[in-house]
Amino acid sequence: MATPIVELRGISKHFQGVQAVNDLSLSVEAGQVLCLLGENGAGKSTVIKILTGVERPSSGDVLIDGEVSHLVSPRHARERGIATVYQEIGTLPLMSVARNFVLAAEPTKGRGPFRRLDIEEAGRIALAGLRELGISRVHDAGQLVGTLSGGERQALAIARALHFGARVLVLDEPTAALGVRESATVLKLIHTVRQRGVAVVFITHNAYHAYSVGDHFVVMRRGEMSASFDKADKPIGEVIELMAGGAELRSLLSAAEAGVMGPATAGV
Amino acid sequence: MTNTQSAAAGSSSEAPANTKSDDGATRRRSVFAGLITRPETGGILSALAVFLFFAVLAGKSGFLSPLGTAYWLDTAADLGIMAIPIAMLMIAGEFDLSVGSMVGAASIIVGICTGYFGLDPWIGVGFAFLAAVAVGLLNGFLVVRTKLPSFIVTLSTMFMVTGGALGISIGITGSSSISAVATGSANFVFAAKWYEFNIALVHWIIIAGVAIWVMQRTPFGNWIYATGGSLDTARLAGVPTNRVKMILFLCTSIGAAFVGVMETYTFQNASVTLGAQYVFSGIAACVIGGLLLTGGYGSLLGTVFGAMTYGIVSMGVFFLGWNSELTDLFIGLLLLLAVLANARLRQFAMGR
Repeated sequence: MATPIVELRGISKHFQGVQAVNDLSLSVEAGQVLCLLGENGAGKSTVIKILTGVERPSSGDVLIDGEVSHLVSPRHARERGIATVYQEIGTLPLMSVARNFVLAAEPTKGRGPFRRLDIEEAGRIALAGLRELGISRVHDAGQLVGTLSGGERQALAIARALHFGARVLVLDEPTAALGVRESATVLKLIHTVRQRGVAVVFITHNAYHAYSVGDHFVVMRRGEMSASFDKADKPIGEVIELMAGGAELRSLLSAAEAGVMGPATAGV
Repeated sequence: MTNTQSAAAGSSSEAPANTKSDDGATRRRSVFAGLITRPETGGILSALAVFLFFAVLAGKSGFLSPLGTAYWLDTAADLGIMAIPIAMLMIAGEFDLSVGSMVGAASIIVGICTGYFGLDPWIGVGFAFLAAVAVGLLNGFLVVRTKLPSFIVTLSTMFMVTGGALGISIGITGSSSISAVATGSANFVFAAKWYEFNIALVHWIIIAGVAIWVMQRTPFGNWIYATGGSLDTARLAGVPTNRVKMILFLCTSIGAAFVGVMETYTFQNASVTLGAQYVFSGIAACVIGGLLLTGGYGSLLGTVFGAMTYGIVSMGVFFLGWNSELTDLFIGLLLLLAVLANARLRQFAMGR
């Protein structure tokens, strides 16, 4: 078995007495999509923050390429090849595709006081990065990002991360605010990225989205791992039911049918 | 599913695959949009409009004469030099209301050194710039550290700077206004004049040229746009947003001190209240020039034309023989129009 690019081993994290994550272990290899699932408050975001260097675990180890690594900041994590793509704040709508793409790593030409932004080069690498992810509708690198579709904006953020050396992409709810077609674009992106040997940690609420691209699934509940399995291990129906909280829904339904559920609990 | 509810936020096209006809329409629109959504368009149009207006009405009273031209260009240059760093700071998403007080503070420092103590004019200039660096660093530090809105932070430093300057001036000289005459090289650099054209015009052209180049053609310019576009996005991408803001607060302060020194040596009089109006006219020039109050968008070329608009209006009103208060009425009206137009322009640029 190949060494995982990133591995969390026995991670726990508490904030002022509240246990956010308890003894969680997971790993992701190159070319693998790990889906992290769970309800709001299950501890997913804490796991992401630990993976990307925003928070440090209270106990347990983060391993990168098999070695224990103490990530101290998002920048540090990025230098080690772990990049996060945020849905809302991944790109700047009022700046051009090219300027977004090269932000904070601008190519320059000239020297001394005449060192200047190489805007043509920026445009070239931005469009090339998008094309590699199968986005061919964007031709003009001077176009404002705000004029792109939601899926294209995700693609831009992902292409940017890959261009600057990401080996692990952490995608936090990338499809949550998108419509059906745009979601499909993003899922296709994840597929393309995986084929390029990049590891993906895909956080989502949507069981169908997870099942369509995931290789391995980790379900979290109240800070703990409640299930962990490969796609091959379970048939789709069971996976989706597990991820969608089907068992709970069913017990709720049967409780409702039996008339046990009063108005006070109806909203749960 | 929540997906469909929030879909509108992410994408506008849920429609089935748009093919050729749609692409053609997009392209046609983008050529048109490219022309009218350039952020400086508004500034150029308003400068042109007020120029034509006063050329027709006040052309015979001397507005179009070399003297009239020199007057409005001089007015525009002083404001324009102030407005360039203000615009850069606004694009980065912050305000500096202390600039007006800094003009007066620089002026009185120069007045005390040159006029009261009779020191070399450059010594006064040195102290004025030191004070500007101190105020700029204080503004930047407070905004970056406290994360309070710069509007309120610089409002308080505005009061502090004016009060401090007044206190020092009265304490030392017993007055808030002193005559100050520059000689030699200082007189040339800050107060040279050809016919009625002030050297401020030369400074304005150089400063605007360099600033436009920085904004459009350097990584730092990219960082300024990004910082104002979204602070979180910029910071996550690795932009040193705090450093960007510190540098820009320094620039606004130094720009204000520069104008303060220039006007003091030009009018040969230093005053604490000099330049107080620049707080508002500076921001007005930026907004008329197409800057968004929310930051992240705009062009310094627009700001140049915004300052010209102000110069044209104030001298046009003067040459018409109207009450000079009418200048503000005009500027207020233009500002309102500009804010409305900018909001539309932004939507258009975003393809909505």
